[in-house]
Amino acid sequence: MQYFKKTPVTDHKPNSRLAWVGQGFLLILAIIVIIILAQNLIRSPSLFAQNVIDGLKLGFVYAMIALGYTMVYGIVKLINFAHGDVFMVGAFVSYYAVTRFSLHTWAKQIFPGMPDWLVILIGSLTVILLSMVVCVLLAVTIERVAYKPLRDAPRIAALITAIGVSFFLEFFGALGFVFSPRFIPYKQPFETMSWYINNGIYPITPGSMPPDGSITFSNIFLIIVIASIFVQLLLQFLVRRTKIGIAMRATAFDKPTARLMGINVDQVISFTFAIGAAFAGLGGVLYAIAYPSIHTQMGILPGLKAFVAAVLGGIGSLPGALVGALIMGQAEALTMGYISTPMRDAIAFTILIVVLLVKPTGIFGEPEKEKA
Amino acid sequence: MFLEVENINVYYGAIHALQGISFHVNEGEIVTLIGANGAGKSTTLRTISGLLRSRTGSVKFKGHDITYMPAEQIVRLGISHVPEGRKIFAPLTVRENLLMGAFTRTDPAEIEASMQRVFTSFPRMRERINQLGGTLSGGEQQMLATGRGLMSRPGLILLDEPSMGLSPILVEEIFRIIQEINSQGTSILLVEQNALMALSIASRAYVIETGRIVLEGDAREVAENPQVKNAYLGV
Repeated sequence: MQYFKKTPVTDHKPNSRLAWVGQGFLLILAIIVIIILAQNLIRSPSLFAQNVIDGLKLGFVYAMIALGYTMVYGIVKLINFAHGDVFMVGAFVSYYAVTRFSLHTWAKQIFPGMPDWLVILIGSLTVILLSMVVCVLLAVTIERVAYKPLRDAPRIAALITAIGVSFFLEFFGALGFVFSPRFIPYKQPFETMSWYINNGIYPITPGSMPPDGSITFSNIFLIIVIASIFVQLLLQFLVRRTKIGIAMRATAFDKPTARLMGINVDQVISFTFAIGAAFAGLGGVLYAIAYPSIHTQMGILPGLKAFVAAVLGGIGSLPGALVGALIMGQAEALTMGYISTPMRDAIAFTILIVVLLVKPTGIFGEPEKEKA
Repeated sequence: MFLEVENINVYYGAIHALQGISFHVNEGEIVTLIGANGAGKSTTLRTISGLLRSRTGSVKFKGHDITYMPAEQIVRLGISHVPEGRKIFAPLTVRENLLMGAFTRTDPAEIEASMQRVFTSFPRMRERINQLGGTLSGGEQQMLATGRGLMSRPGLILLDEPSMGLSPILVEEIFRIIQEINSQGTSILLVEQNALMALSIASRAYVIETGRIVLEGDAREVAENPQVKNAYLGV
């Protein structure tokens, strides 16, 4: 245990010449990227704006997942690799709620006279809420069963357990009587609507194409952006202003002293997992609505990219998770737009490697200090 | 009996840190545990507050057996532990640190009143209210730690080395405040390396050596003991 504690990544100090070469290389790389992007921006501003919008959509989804990684890391110093799979479960729960139980139209059955838009609004919120609740229960169970017994074990043991839980969820979910091993077309609880911007905003009617040079966006894009920002603000309020939030920060800093204050550390940790899972569940539903094909391994890549986003922003930092996620979203969308679609994942993990080499603490991260 | 510790044995792995320690604190008293570095003073306090477990014996507080009670519940019974090294929550503000001290309490008006009382004892804390705990000086951190310990309105406060690392003037100040806290009805169990200061304000004293109590009695008598004088008072 001592070995893991005493050699945090931040203690790694590359010698100055190496750092200089690395920074010079990065600077050149950054200049090339900026030149390419500027060229494309001048060539076709609308295409560029379209890519940015697609990147925002991805980035704000990643932000919702990244919060869970960064919060859990902040409090128990564990990279919860099962987090992406909790996101997947959120998507599946909403799928079954809609297809098997028509939960998105429950209000219609009880109040037949209710207008359709209100039925769908209430129904969709119910579906999302159900997914969030299931994800919370799942994550709290995982924490109690798999992570809590290992709290005093070396960190690597908990990390490997997290990978194990992740595989368990993916392959248990793939069983025929659980979810399914196949890709499933997702049934959205509400209709997606799109608009295009071209000297004004116009709705896109099914079967018609927007004119060349217009920028399109959908209602789900707006919902993702609003939900993600709302979640960020809510969490900031929780952590800064509420008693349980302050207790979370105290627990993250020093668990024995937190106990001396009367804080039940186990409850605070469960609560942290619960919040992270609720946001992952929300993200899972919105992601499935935006990219409507679900699979039990759908959580792996968004999960890993959100993890990269958390590291990029500085793991443990809440604003860092948002900023990191937005950068990841842009990097991916611009890669898809200007290089090639298969390159998106390669770019995402290249960012991880570069961050770990150049600034392992991320943008907002502080060097990990040993407590006296 | 207010606090009664009976025959506790505590181990760190294979190391037998406390070897059958027994003592008690009466209501309203200042009792001090003195002894050299590593004698087991902090271990004793950590066992009382629930951070460590004794393998034998018992710890009783106001008639409750707290030997196996989790630390977070022991606070609720009215024992507050101001740990060694202050253990301020560095990323929290002074105000938030004090609020955490009152974690077990719910009435916001009463918590605010307690905070005002802490500010009366430690006016410096009022000036620093929105500053992060980690940016305070050592003396200010000790004041904050003590103030935080008072925020739960304890009947008994365990003070671990409150004078450590402080300038002589601040040591005087801290000890004056300890006496003030005691005069307001809080019992105090004080662990100190500065035996001279501790014995001057305590009513009774216990001397710990390598996990055993070797001497106990009235603080004045203990201070007169030739061995104590020689070993701890540097006379």
